[in-house]
Amino acid sequence: MLLTRIREYFANAGVLEVETPFLSAAGTTDPAIQSFSTTYHGPGLCHGARLYLHTSPEYPMKRLLAAGTGSIYQICKVFRDGESGRRHNPEYTLLEWYRAGFDHVALMVEVESLLREVLRDILPLAPARHWTYRELFRNYAGIDPFDTSVNEIRQALQAKGIGAPPGLTEDESDGWLDLLLTHVIEPALDEGLIFVSEFPASQAALARLLPGEPPVAARFEVYLDGVELANGYHELTDAVEQRRRFEQDNTRRGARQLAAIEPDWRLLAAMRSGLPDCAGVALGIDRLLMIAGGARHINEVMAFPLELA
Amino acid sequence: MATYSTNEFRGGLKIMLDGDPCSIIENEFVKPGKGQAFNRVKIRNLKTGRVIERTFKSGESVEGADVMDTSLQYLYSDGEFWHFMDPSSYEQIAADATAVGDATKWLKEQDTCEVTLWNGVPLAVTPPNFVILTVTDTDPGVRGDTSGGGGKPATLETGAVVRVPLFIEIGDILRIDTRTGEYVARAKE
Repeated sequence: MLLTRIREYFANAGVLEVETPFLSAAGTTDPAIQSFSTTYHGPGLCHGARLYLHTSPEYPMKRLLAAGTGSIYQICKVFRDGESGRRHNPEYTLLEWYRAGFDHVALMVEVESLLREVLRDILPLAPARHWTYRELFRNYAGIDPFDTSVNEIRQALQAKGIGAPPGLTEDESDGWLDLLLTHVIEPALDEGLIFVSEFPASQAALARLLPGEPPVAARFEVYLDGVELANGYHELTDAVEQRRRFEQDNTRRGARQLAAIEPDWRLLAAMRSGLPDCAGVALGIDRLLMIAGGARHINEVMAFPLELA
Repeated sequence: MATYSTNEFRGGLKIMLDGDPCSIIENEFVKPGKGQAFNRVKIRNLKTGRVIERTFKSGESVEGADVMDTSLQYLYSDGEFWHFMDPSSYEQIAADATAVGDATKWLKEQDTCEVTLWNGVPLAVTPPNFVILTVTDTDPGVRGDTSGGGGKPATLETGAVVRVPLFIEIGDILRIDTRTGEYVARAKE
């Protein structure tokens, strides 16, 4: 029913449903996301070719946008190695959509109206609350994420009875912020719909940067009842900057002893030819089902989770 | 000793932490979509019994603890140590008061207990779930009262004191649940 309502919403909004390949020659370079890969043998590639199972349909959807489709959405399975737990399964369902001409602020408004529409007689939503990343950390952890030291974060964690994880080094400042976010802030978040935006530039991923001091990423995260539900960007359209980020990702992967991933040349070529100004967001359908159904574990909303796959 | 990565964490796994043997109770995987993955773990320190929380970066490894549970027969106490015997090898092992802890009040010679060994040394002693013990002292019995209502304290041969029904008398043999410390029934021996 949730899926039917999502499709209705986009049909009414004039957003086109698309499909892109699950198997792709390019993997994601994101150091926090690990791809599964497999090998194709057959006509055209008799010596075998490595193919990655997509971790999100982002790259090919952007190639469609560059080809002139206008606003598009997709509901598909995605695959992430190493992720299994109460809110994670290595294979799960993502709703991803792109809005031509939108920025991240306009897209946040649409995420809220879509959720309100889809959850209408299931979970009535009060108007969303908005935080910047900076205000969120100041309010819940007493830390300014743009002007802090690992030592200060360590003390804030200590005050909450959380010890330093062995192996988390001084130069992994985003790792320390993630620790605060997952251990101190997320558990304290209010019920209901919350948007967090303006992330540190080092956590921009594929979002464009907003000028300012310090510059922040035009990126937002959506929380519903304390659960991270969606992540969106005012999309980076600059191919040169995109290539630099791929390289930066691989440098970070190297520092973590992770294999480098070849940049997606086809995406870069599409961006050079012109990716229209757009905003995009990916929303976890299984987590939405969890919240709608009051499930505590993701396995409760999957017929065949990893253990039974 | 082997090391275990966070991916091998599960309830019951024995690991070393700050020099103490510990047992994992609960393991939760937390990860922001675009961020660092962590394993947030609840752990029982097997020496102190205290439960603590620890967080590991996913993928990190920790040293395993050589901890195993063995069924040993309780022989006797010399006041300082409690002596147990492996019924197959006849090897004797002495446990100190810290390891025996509260179990001391349920230990009856010949009974088989679960003894947790760390590097071969007793860390904890768990008595059988049910023990049969003789009443050595209690107020006189009330004839005809076979119901539970109220009850009275009775001292058992091991020194333990439990609440028993009013009809129980000195010399009666009782079945006791050691997990709750409660009287279950009279036993025939």
